[in-house]
Amino acid sequence: MAESNQETLKQHSPLLSVQGVTLQYRTTDQLLTATYRVSLDVQRSDRFVVLGPSGCGKSTLLKAIGGFHAPTEGCILLNSTAVHAPGPERAFVFQEFDQLLPWKTVRANIEFALISGAHLARGEAADRAAHYIAKVGLHAFADNYPHTLSGGMKQRVAIARAMAMEPAILLMDEPFAALDALTREHMQQELLQLWQDTRFTVIFVTHSIPEAIRIGNRILLLSAHPGQVRAELNSPGTDVRDAQGKLLSTRIQELLFDRALKSAAGDNGGNDNV
Amino acid sequence: MSEPIHERPEIVNTLNTHEFAVIQAPHSRWRRLCDNGAFRKTLVLVVLMVIWEVYARVLANPLLFPTFSATVGALLSALVTGELPRAAAATLILLFKGYLAGLLLAALLTAFASMTRIGADILETLTAMFNPLPSIALLPLALIWFGLGEGSIIFVLIHAVVWAVALNAFAGFRSVSPTLKMVGRNYGLSRAGFVLRILIPGAFPSILTGLKIGWAFAWRTLIAAELVFGVSSGSGGLGWYIYQSKNQLEIPAVFAGLLTVILFGLSVENLVFRVIEKHTVRRWGMAS
Repeated sequence: MAESNQETLKQHSPLLSVQGVTLQYRTTDQLLTATYRVSLDVQRSDRFVVLGPSGCGKSTLLKAIGGFHAPTEGCILLNSTAVHAPGPERAFVFQEFDQLLPWKTVRANIEFALISGAHLARGEAADRAAHYIAKVGLHAFADNYPHTLSGGMKQRVAIARAMAMEPAILLMDEPFAALDALTREHMQQELLQLWQDTRFTVIFVTHSIPEAIRIGNRILLLSAHPGQVRAELNSPGTDVRDAQGKLLSTRIQELLFDRALKSAAGDNGGNDNV
Repeated sequence: MSEPIHERPEIVNTLNTHEFAVIQAPHSRWRRLCDNGAFRKTLVLVVLMVIWEVYARVLANPLLFPTFSATVGALLSALVTGELPRAAAATLILLFKGYLAGLLLAALLTAFASMTRIGADILETLTAMFNPLPSIALLPLALIWFGLGEGSIIFVLIHAVVWAVALNAFAGFRSVSPTLKMVGRNYGLSRAGFVLRILIPGAFPSILTGLKIGWAFAWRTLIAAELVFGVSSGSGGLGWYIYQSKNQLEIPAVFAGLLTVILFGLSVENLVFRVIEKHTVRRWGMAS
């Protein structure tokens, strides 16, 4: 009985819990506070979006969850264990196209992640790599080197690589930001399709409001300089109107840019063109 | 805004799928020949040989400038007598010893420099001090320290190789993209695994440049050192062969010796370094 109690406790406790995390980093001549006492909980199978203007520390927050950056204050718990260093159970997808090892083919990139990160045997790694390459529709390019792929394909490989590691949580740092608008829309759709298949847990960082609404089921809004939690909203996946008839996107804009809207009506970051 | 928008019909085409003149066609044979780098470079070599031959014949002074054909003749006869192969072998063995020792030392220095800040400072200072110093200038000192023999030559060879290689390798390590480094750490690689599987391949273009520069420096230094005291090292190398031939006024043999050095340079560049490059940095799209 005790066991099943623990089991239910585990079901209800969040997969990832960020508690009062303050992040600071040193540049050459000053100390910057990126986020100030940010708290959030991510449940299993959440598509948790962190949304905010540039300079709100959302990428730094994600890097801290990834273990690349130690918090000055607060703690980050994954399955109730504190996060101290990077690890393969938190697979990262970066914004940059150069995240694939250029000296390895698509297949070898994924296999290498599985062998050295997830500690699989060679044969098992090959099978799983093939499975995920097919999943992102790149079987025709499995033996290509990354420099021969387009930006969208490279990001697809990066996503396949991260998913193949079957991590506890996927961390995506603006993975579609450097793509053209058409490819970007296509990739969002694909990501949602992949989520339908496997129901992975993902934290997705973006600065685009439409992307946040589309991708997320839960959206965390961070204010800028330093990043603080402004709100945490639910998203049904489309830009719906609430009880007052206000669009979700309008609500997000008002929450994020309330001061900016009052002082300078034009400069509200409305140039997110997706 | 006040002007009415000009009314135009919309246009929708059905795509033509069969009437193209050329979609893809192989290049002509001449075009493919011109695209072949080896062919173009051979052409350059042939033109140089012709210029050499014609100029030497016009000059008609074999003591100052023998013809290309006379040089090749001297080269062949020296090959037959075994004099030149012996000299070349002696030089190559020495060269490999010095080059490998230099690489080893460079690897140690670079490893130390990439692990600690003070190591980086040491490497940078030492390189700034010693890289501009011609190795051959150290030969007199080396002769006092290590005596007349292999030791002295290997010492100057190490000096010739180590700075160029260490400098390039370290610059390469530093220029590996932070994203790639984070990817490696995300996999939870060990320290050694991180260096072997992320840093070294990531820095490979720079490392290869360092290897090439080090190789060229080693050649120059060795030939110069042998010119100075080849015979005393017991087995005369190529440098000594050149010097001796000059003393005996066998000028075609001097040219044959120089030609041998050039041939080694050409073949190492084209057969060794180019092949490595083709299978690594070019294939990976990392060639600068």
